Amino acid sequence: MKIRINDHQLIQWIQGLITKFQVFYPLQDANSGVVHIQKATGSLNSDAILKPVSGVPKTSIKTFFMPQPEVIARFSIAAQDAEAFVLKEPGTALQTQVLLNIRPCDARSVALNSMPYAEDPYFQKMLKRTVIIGRPCDETCSTCFCELVGGSPHGTEGMDLVILKTEDGLALEVLTQKGADFLKQNPCAESAGLQPTPQQQGGQELPIVAREMQKKDLLALYNASFWPQIAEACINCGACTFLCPTCYCFDIQDEVAGTKGVRLRYWDSCMFPLFTLHASGHNPRGQKVQRVRNRFMHKFKYFPDRFGPVSCVGCGRCVKDCPVNIDIREVISLMQAV
Amino acid sequence: MTVKHAELTQEIQRQAKELLASGEVAAFLGFSAGSLPMTTRPFVARTPQEAERLVWNSFCTVNLANYLPALLKSLEPPRSPKDPPPTGPLPKVGVLATGCWSRNIVVQIQENQVDRSRLVILGVPSRGMVDRKKVLAALQGKEVLEAQEDDHSLRLKGKWGETELSRWAVVRDNCQSCRHPNPVLFDRLLDAASERQAQAPFSQIEAIEAMSSDERWQWFQQAFASCIRCYACRNACPLCYCSTCFVDDNRPQWVGKALNAPDVLTFHILRAFHCAGRCTDCGACESVCPMGIKVRLLTQKLSKDILTLFGAEAGMDVSVPPPFTTYAPSDQNPFECDTCSSKGKKE
Ligand code: SF4
Ligand code: SF4
Ligand code: SF4
Ligand code: SF4
Ligand code: SF4
Repeated sequence: MKIRINDHQLIQWIQGLITKFQVFYPLQDANSGVVHIQKATGSLNSDAILKPVSGVPKTSIKTFFMPQPEVIARFSIAAQDAEAFVLKEPGTALQTQVLLNIRPCDARSVALNSMPYAEDPYFQKMLKRTVIIGRPCDETCSTCFCELVGGSPHGTEGMDLVILKTEDGLALEVLTQKGADFLKQNPCAESAGLQPTPQQQGGQELPIVAREMQKKDLLALYNASFWPQIAEACINCGACTFLCPTCYCFDIQDEVAGTKGVRLRYWDSCMFPLFTLHASGHNPRGQKVQRVRNRFMHKFKYFPDRFGPVSCVGCGRCVKDCPVNIDIREVISLMQAV
Repeated sequence: MTVKHAELTQEIQRQAKELLASGEVAAFLGFSAGSLPMTTRPFVARTPQEAERLVWNSFCTVNLANYLPALLKSLEPPRSPKDPPPTGPLPKVGVLATGCWSRNIVVQIQENQVDRSRLVILGVPSRGMVDRKKVLAALQGKEVLEAQEDDHSLRLKGKWGETELSRWAVVRDNCQSCRHPNPVLFDRLLDAASERQAQAPFSQIEAIEAMSSDERWQWFQQAFASCIRCYACRNACPLCYCSTCFVDDNRPQWVGKALNAPDVLTFHILRAFHCAGRCTDCGACESVCPMGIKVRLLTQKLSKDILTLFGAEAGMDVSVPPPFTTYAPSDQNPFECDTCSSKGKKE
């Protein structure tokens, strides 16, 4: 269900939300022209909220679900401590956070990441505390390819609420029960009693690219002759995987200061030398070509084989910011042609 | 007046084809066109046909020297770690080199990372490369769908229409402050030497030096606050060839691996010091940073110090050893620490 709202009502509502929650929204930096997701403060930029810059912000929203780093346990190493080396809950207070003006691709990435993380308590906790207010794309960028990988500039998957543009102003639509509850506690205009719009039942149809990849022979893709050419220019940095909303790999380290220790979970990338490094010193992905191949094989073969969709929402961040212009769209075509 | 980039592209293709066809080189390292406006790809041509894909323009910002050690090694006959190194002449690589890249090759030769006799260096006097981020800033973030470069201007087209920018205004900081645009080491020079020479090469550094120490600390924290630890800066750098970087080590772990500020800053300051006396200010680190961080200001500060203290510039001459690799008992050591007032020996 949706209601009409006007600009003034929307801004007022958000002003109210800021006083109660942490609210984040994409904001353009005046000097660099780059859009970053920023925490909303008292001085809200209404223009940025009403007319967001087209395309996605520089970094994705995954940091709100997989903080970099996240404290997952605390412990003491004090010799006299009876509970030394016993892992304890971190005891971090998790309040509601609101993500505003989130593009369909980024919102969809949360739905995709929820598949491998269905039983991950940390991710699920973050999911529970987050309300995503989406914003469809009136304009796409040349690097956007959401439709190829099963999304749409007007998709709502992963959103709780969505701000829509109508012929004569704006509308606010409720998509999930979480969204409805949130709106009940934090009403906007005449939103009292709004129920979620019934969503398509029984899973959406997979995009062609996912079905194609599922049918392909894994080893034929793995042994394809093009991997060395693709990998040749790659510098094995983490720009693509760290900016990518659907890259979710992590590593764990303990850090100790004095007698207090924390167990940290932080981002890892299949481009990095420690990724899958065995204690023996052997690494099954020890060479650049193996790392590069893993990134694409994971997104377009291993993930669809396991979960159905491809693990890419087509936001184009990796295309824009790869320092050596490795264009994932070209790699997809090469894989499709195998 | 320099030869236009289009003409250079033709010349590069012609010479690369000739080198590959005659068998003088087994591979030619250059750039091919990128899929987006204002991008290029480092590219290795292995046949004369492939050499037709080589391009030269204002967006060749990645340092090709970075690829040389691995490329040379890939052309050696396969052997296991215990086999003796191959003897006899090994296949050669042709490579393009501007002033700074040629200096990086000199450093690589000095540090035994590449073998000079296996390189055919095609020197290209540099006109300065364009910084995509400066273009984006000048256009207030609007998406460029087409970029055309003329000798002194860039014409950018997108949904908003068309904008013309002065080329020099959007040339990278390191190119604007460059004093050695001409290759120092080459087998063939593809163009007349450039006469440009920056008058105040360290002006960005002097501005930071002029700050109080509190202000500098603020600046340092601010400047690297958005770093995502992707290591593109490190990996694009031809000096960073350690098989295990100190940040990747985990036994022992020298530095935390996530985005806690002390760890991020430690990574940057240490990496910069590891490049002291070796950095040629090629600007690759800064060009590849997805977050637009001015990474090279740290290494540039060290270059300034090395020049002031030792009168040395990295990679200018193969026969002059880098300042930090030599030692003589008679070395001056007038070290005095302001904090603990310990004095070094003065000789
Ligand atoms: S990829 Fe699609 S959903 Fe994402 S910003 Fe572009 S048009 Fe919008
Ligand atoms: S792989 Fe690239 S295009 Fe796909 S979701 Fe990740 S960053 Fe976006
Ligand atoms: S394996 Fe690589 S591509 Fe897949 S999620 Fe992890 S970092 Fe991303
Ligand atoms: S961003 Fe580009 S260069 Fe860096 S790891 Fe990814 S594909 Fe390789
Ligand atoms: S390239 Fe930029 S974001 Fe990546 S590690 Fe270096 S400074 Fe940080």
